Amino acid sequence: MIKDITIGQYYAGDSVLHRMDARMKLVLTLGYMVVIFLCKNFFALGLLALSVAVFVALSRVPLGMVLRSFRPIVVLVLFTSALNLFLTPGEGEPLWHWWKLQITTEGIHTAIFTTARILCLIAASSLLTYTTTPSLLTAGIERLLWPLGKLGVPVSVFAMMMTLALRFVPTLVEEIDRIMNAQKSRGANMDTGSLFQRIKAFVPVLVPLIVSAFRRAGELAYAMECRCYTGSNRRTSLKQFRLRARDYAAAALMLLLGGGIVTMNIFLGKII
Amino acid sequence: MNAIECKNVLYRYPNTRKTSPPALRGVSLDVRQGEVLAMIGHTGSGKSTLAQHLNGLLKPVGGTVCVGGKDIWATKSAMREARFRVGLCFQYPEYQLFEETIAKDIAFGPKNMGLDPAEIDRRVRAAARYVGLTEEMLPRSPFDLSGGEKRRAAIAGVMAMEPEVLALDEPTAGLDPRGKERILQMILRYRAETRKPILLISHNMEDVARFADRVLVLNQGEAAMLGTVPEVFSRAEELTAMGLNVPSVTRIFLELRRRGLPVSAGIYSVEQGVAELLRLRALRKEGIHD
Repeated sequence: MIKDITIGQYYAGDSVLHRMDARMKLVLTLGYMVVIFLCKNFFALGLLALSVAVFVALSRVPLGMVLRSFRPIVVLVLFTSALNLFLTPGEGEPLWHWWKLQITTEGIHTAIFTTARILCLIAASSLLTYTTTPSLLTAGIERLLWPLGKLGVPVSVFAMMMTLALRFVPTLVEEIDRIMNAQKSRGANMDTGSLFQRIKAFVPVLVPLIVSAFRRAGELAYAMECRCYTGSNRRTSLKQFRLRARDYAAAALMLLLGGGIVTMNIFLGKII
Repeated sequence: MNAIECKNVLYRYPNTRKTSPPALRGVSLDVRQGEVLAMIGHTGSGKSTLAQHLNGLLKPVGGTVCVGGKDIWATKSAMREARFRVGLCFQYPEYQLFEETIAKDIAFGPKNMGLDPAEIDRRVRAAARYVGLTEEMLPRSPFDLSGGEKRRAAIAGVMAMEPEVLALDEPTAGLDPRGKERILQMILRYRAETRKPILLISHNMEDVARFADRVLVLNQGEAAMLGTVPEVFSRAEELTAMGLNVPSVTRIFLELRRRGLPVSAGIYSVEQGVAELLRLRALRKEGIHD
């Protein structure tokens, strides 16, 4: 059950998206989020959908995995689109109404656009994590935040904390598994009973888990100090980022996409 | 009736590729009444996976696991019973301690069995005695103990369920020689008093030679050998091929044999080695006098 979480998961591969500079991917993902909200008519939305399809194809991440990243937000999407569908006031006659609920053309449009936008957002950000290893991602974030370092923010320390946190997720998942098995072997019952009973049944797992997390943290701190880690901002990095032709090409494509969508908005009318 | 009987246990971890070999490929074993059965094997040979089948933590894809003559997957209650009939103690069990006091932690298993307080108290004291924890230690926090003491407290937590079979996964891993010796002495004491079978997972061949009656050798998910200690250790070459270290003294005698000395290949303890060398010297002397 714990192993089903897809957020922050990496899918090993060697596609163009995998090979792109992590900094550029981060910036372009942010840029893409802006583009998503620039879409004002169905033609632009179509172009957007096409772009997502192209990204998925380029990443060579199986479609099933991308779809799986939608799973945690299904409820959210259904909820917001239902709100939009039934509660958006329109100018003309409502198509259908009952009590305070009504369906208007505007409502249908808003519901479609909101759903499409959320799905595109999730698809883009999960592609980012699918194609970038957590360590590259944090290194990329660290490089992008260098202006904050000038202001005295210990950027590299925060980046190190993030890297370590990500590094220990699988370790802790394994540890939970081990402790659960050990307690089950002593007859702990974690699969049945009321919600309250199940929460109580987790104490024998949580206490050892927290104890061992602290123990690991202490050991890790010693190990890092033994290797002279001080957290200074002047550390150099083994992995040097360099922008290559494909990164500039990707940036150009993103600009083109944004430009195209804005042009469509101007010439084909806005419906939202 | 054997305490545990496994027939052709087949297991494949979920989420592994269909083409990769299963973790257990039809393992059969029996744990007889009153014996110490050692399970040895290289890392990844399936020792821990097999151990988790014995108390119903894992469900075999094929084959059967019988505890006390009953198939543990026949009914749901049989599976739950198996948890208590086979006391499985994992590697590094000290990381499972969680209660405020040692006594409470040892009582966790018996409490889950639904025993009455007087019986729980009796079992806690008995288990603490097996592992050499004193009465004064029982009300203390388990987190104040030393590494070796924590380990013994955790093992006591399994012993307190008074299982029909005690299964210990690498009980001495990561301890210093003295801590190791204490654990082994504790196992001997437990065995002498209860006469119940023990399954000992280990990769220390000296310990296996010292304690075990029979040995099960696992190799790549298969039961490669199952026999008495002399039977198994006499096949030292095969063991070495499986990446297992035979006792150092056995290795020395194999090498002597390879270099042409007429010594036995079935030497697995220092005492036996000394006797064998003395026998050889006597033979030589006879030869000179003739």
